Amino acid sequence: MTAAPDFELEGVDGRTHSLADYADADLLVLVQSCNHCPYVQAWEDRMSAIQREYADRGVRFVAVNSNDAEAYPEDSFDEMRSRATRRDFAFDYLYDPSQGIARALAAERTPEVFLFDRDRMLRYHGAIDDSRDEAGVTTHYLRDALDAVLAGREPPVAETPPVGCTVKWRR
Amino acid sequence: MKVELLFWEECPSYPEALELLRDVLAARGLVDGVELREVRTQEEAEALAFPGSPTIRVDGRDVDAAGAGSRPALSCRIYHLPDGRVSPVPTREQLEEALA
Repeated sequence: MTAAPDFELEGVDGRTHSLADYADADLLVLVQSCNHCPYVQAWEDRMSAIQREYADRGVRFVAVNSNDAEAYPEDSFDEMRSRATRRDFAFDYLYDPSQGIARALAAERTPEVFLFDRDRMLRYHGAIDDSRDEAGVTTHYLRDALDAVLAGREPPVAETPPVGCTVKWRR
Repeated sequence: MKVELLFWEECPSYPEALELLRDVLAARGLVDGVELREVRTQEEAEALAFPGSPTIRVDGRDVDAAGAGSRPALSCRIYHLPDGRVSPVPTREQLEEALA
């Protein structure tokens, strides 16, 4: 079982966020994310919906963009701030220019979800659900995992293949 | 009629786009003559004016003219659906219109 990596990253809210800042959260969802990917864009409203729905159950949802913004300027910090405002993100959106979080998580795709429990141990990893088209969703992997862990059970599925764009590593 | 599908291997959407394209071609009684072209480098993307994967051109015309002028890049391409959502593949209607 993997422990949540420590981090200290600037958010689009202008504050620096660390893992310790989320100590009050019962569950922490880290999502490898970005701006430019159509898969992220297809899922981001669901990301906000999950944060809003689970906020009063002690769940914090944190998206992290580690993409190389020189090669993909749509993923720059300025563009992150702009998109978060425009799309009214309900979750924290952090910038990882060193790509340290992506490496620590061994993330491969955007979006890619990592659900950590109260002890900040990984309990679910993979896709948010089984369809980029919300109307086609039949299995809500992340919601099912959140419900299970909040109830003290094992997630029905602990791992699924993330579907999305590749993390854009610096060359 | 020349039908090309340009793709970048790291973006997972081109098999779905290819299947949809072949389906639309078959429904119109057209023999599958899709020319597949892999784009491997940023230099190739720029030389081919490749705005993302997948890009489908019919006789050289992009099936989504609105997105054709985007910055050439090795990335997944964004298609805007009529209802405002985004998709990594074009719609069947876009393909049918381009092939009409």
